Amino acid sequence: MNERTNGGTGAAPGGADEQGATSRTALQAALARAEADGRAALIGYLPAGFPDPESSIKVIEAMVEGGCDVIEVGLPYSDPTMDGPTIQRAADTALSAGTTPADVLRVVQATAATGAAALVMTYWNPVERYGPARFCADLAAAGGSGVITPDLIPEEAEEWFAATDAAGLDRIFLVAPSSSDERLRLTARASRGFVYAASLMGVTGTRAQVAGTAEKLVARTRSAIPGGGPAVCVGLGISNRSQAAEVAAYADGVIAGAGFCQRVLDAPDLETGISAVRSFAEELALGVRDGRS
Amino acid sequence: MPTPRPAARARSPGAGPDRKGRAPRADMEKQMPSATPDSVRSDLPDARGHYGRFGGRFSPEALIAALDQVAQEWDKAKADPAFRAELDALLRDYTGRPSLLTEAARFAEHCGGARVLLKREDLNHTGSHKINNVLGQALLTKRMGKTRVIAETGAGQHGVATATACALMGLDCVIYMGEEDTRRQALNVARMRLLGAEVVPVSVGSRTLKDAINEAFRDWVANVETTHYLFGTVAGPHPFPALVRDLHYVIGEEARAQVLDLTGRLPDAVAACVGGGSNAMGIFAAFVGDPGVALYGFEAGGEGVQTARHAAAITGGAPGVFHGARTYVLQDEHGQTLPSHSISAGLDYPAVGPEHAWLADTGRVSYRAVTDAEAMEAFRLLSRTEGIIPAIESAHALAGVRRIGEQLGPDGVIVVNLSGRGDKDVDTAATYFGLVDGEGEEQA
Ligand SMILES: Cc1ncc(COP(=O)(O)O)c(C=O)c1O
Repeated sequence: MNERTNGGTGAAPGGADEQGATSRTALQAALARAEADGRAALIGYLPAGFPDPESSIKVIEAMVEGGCDVIEVGLPYSDPTMDGPTIQRAADTALSAGTTPADVLRVVQATAATGAAALVMTYWNPVERYGPARFCADLAAAGGSGVITPDLIPEEAEEWFAATDAAGLDRIFLVAPSSSDERLRLTARASRGFVYAASLMGVTGTRAQVAGTAEKLVARTRSAIPGGGPAVCVGLGISNRSQAAEVAAYADGVIAGAGFCQRVLDAPDLETGISAVRSFAEELALGVRDGRS
Repeated sequence: MPTPRPAARARSPGAGPDRKGRAPRADMEKQMPSATPDSVRSDLPDARGHYGRFGGRFSPEALIAALDQVAQEWDKAKADPAFRAELDALLRDYTGRPSLLTEAARFAEHCGGARVLLKREDLNHTGSHKINNVLGQALLTKRMGKTRVIAETGAGQHGVATATACALMGLDCVIYMGEEDTRRQALNVARMRLLGAEVVPVSVGSRTLKDAINEAFRDWVANVETTHYLFGTVAGPHPFPALVRDLHYVIGEEARAQVLDLTGRLPDAVAACVGGGSNAMGIFAAFVGDPGVALYGFEAGGEGVQTARHAAAITGGAPGVFHGARTYVLQDEHGQTLPSHSISAGLDYPAVGPEHAWLADTGRVSYRAVTDAEAMEAFRLLSRTEGIIPAIESAHALAGVRRIGEQLGPDGVIVVNLSGRGDKDVDTAATYFGLVDGEGEEQA
């Protein structure tokens, strides 16, 4: 592991950035605000361009109005091996609508304008193709805070560390119930902003219950870095208020995605979809507040 | 159907066959020290699965522990004489190894007169090289204490081989197959079901092989405790490219000894078709350290690499990350995977194994595209001159051999990996050549 990446764990968020010591990313600020409120942050996911680029901005605005603190803007990809059928369908729809990385950056800009922190969630190849350094520079210019990379592990991320450091972006890697203690340490150290804890062994999609593996994983991730590492947020399978509350009791943030996509897919028209999305966000926002009371 | 001449003359700079290289191996090495030194390194991949800038692991963290387990178990198994003995016995008594090296004298008349030696993987049980890998990984599955196997298949050859090994070893077996392919290869679906496997049609994405692989990865991450993903080619995240290569090494090892035995020298050229690249890696691996042996990989050129309809990842793609490895991929300007096309379902894959990407970059192996039409012409030619109906995949290599032979002339010796038999392709060929309903075939 590259030592310089350790700077990400609670030290200067900007990494190599001169101003890093004093500036926080919008993501870090949002997590700190939620913490100060005595609750978990609510993080919502939607693929940019779903159902089309303009409409995805409206859906995201509704997610923020409903109470999302942070938005993961998905970069739709042709081969989403980590996603279940709902998000696959949403991403396919976005691709069919002709969504490009430029559209994703536009959606990020609109997201940041709502006051929520904007992240990009992307499989690696589109970033590699765009050029990691250029991608980070353009994302930072659009007001994005960081990037979640579900198929990039720290061992393959040398260029990514340099690119995110140079642009002052957070970089979020994933941990899973199958991760060894050693890998939890490696991954938490490499991450900045938060660590994404996959609640279960599986792909995205709503589940009837939150997996019992999630709480233990959060505790293991926290203890992987003595003295405190980045925040730990939990995703996969969270689809209602009580699940959000359950996870909020032990995690720094609660991530929901498929539930939002499903509401847009199920709606007879965009307006109906948007209001269902808003109520869903409101429901989860209550959940993240129930969790610690 | 038109019967075009081979479109281009393949001549690899730096790695081409030496016409004077008739001497036994020791002399040849003196005469031809020209191969890239890096290309004969036997220590690849490195500990993290890299072949130069290619390979590695671009996989979800959730799968890393399982990939580590496969890598570690394979390292142990390779060094375990009991495992080796069990696998060797299966290869001999079940698969029918060693496979023959057959001289194709009448076919050779259409290859500039060079001697053409067919490595007969078509004679293996289940009809292709795929069984070599499958038996090894099925044994490994048992060693890891897992009881369930999943696999992807395009044409159905890897699926059939996997279902076969699972039947033999009492493992549960689920095969993912693109819905499009289940229709094109209905007979192989029935074969897999007869063998006791569950076949799951994949109806997302492009509904072909790449989507079947995506779906198998999704299954694996959810069931990794009990399940081994029996990957079918030298692609994917580390350790699959190395594991699958090692299990096919037997092809090259046998062929090298057989050609020495038959001709008293090493061949001038070794040729194979390249889909993901497993049959090619298996035969190349034994010759890669012989600088005097030119190596040729033939990709599926479909309707031509200048069109959008081909599956030639090295010839017509660009470096990227796909299915867990950095390699050559057919992709658009934004990094989205492009659909591939080949008349041969087994080559219809938009990427290639990372070791091939590395071998292409070092220049040790020359990769060339062969069109559907050239492959079908070679398919018919081998059938008529030798009484051997090849798989259409393998026919791509045969078409390539015709080009190499014309350069080498009568002194040349070429070994070609006949990776599979063509029974599965009779339907495609009958349609292609208009052999149905008593229509006569047009004359070549
Ligand atoms: C007979 C035959 N040859 C070749 C291939 C291509 O695979 P690979 O490039 O991994 O050898 C296949 C795949 O189905 C096959 O069935």
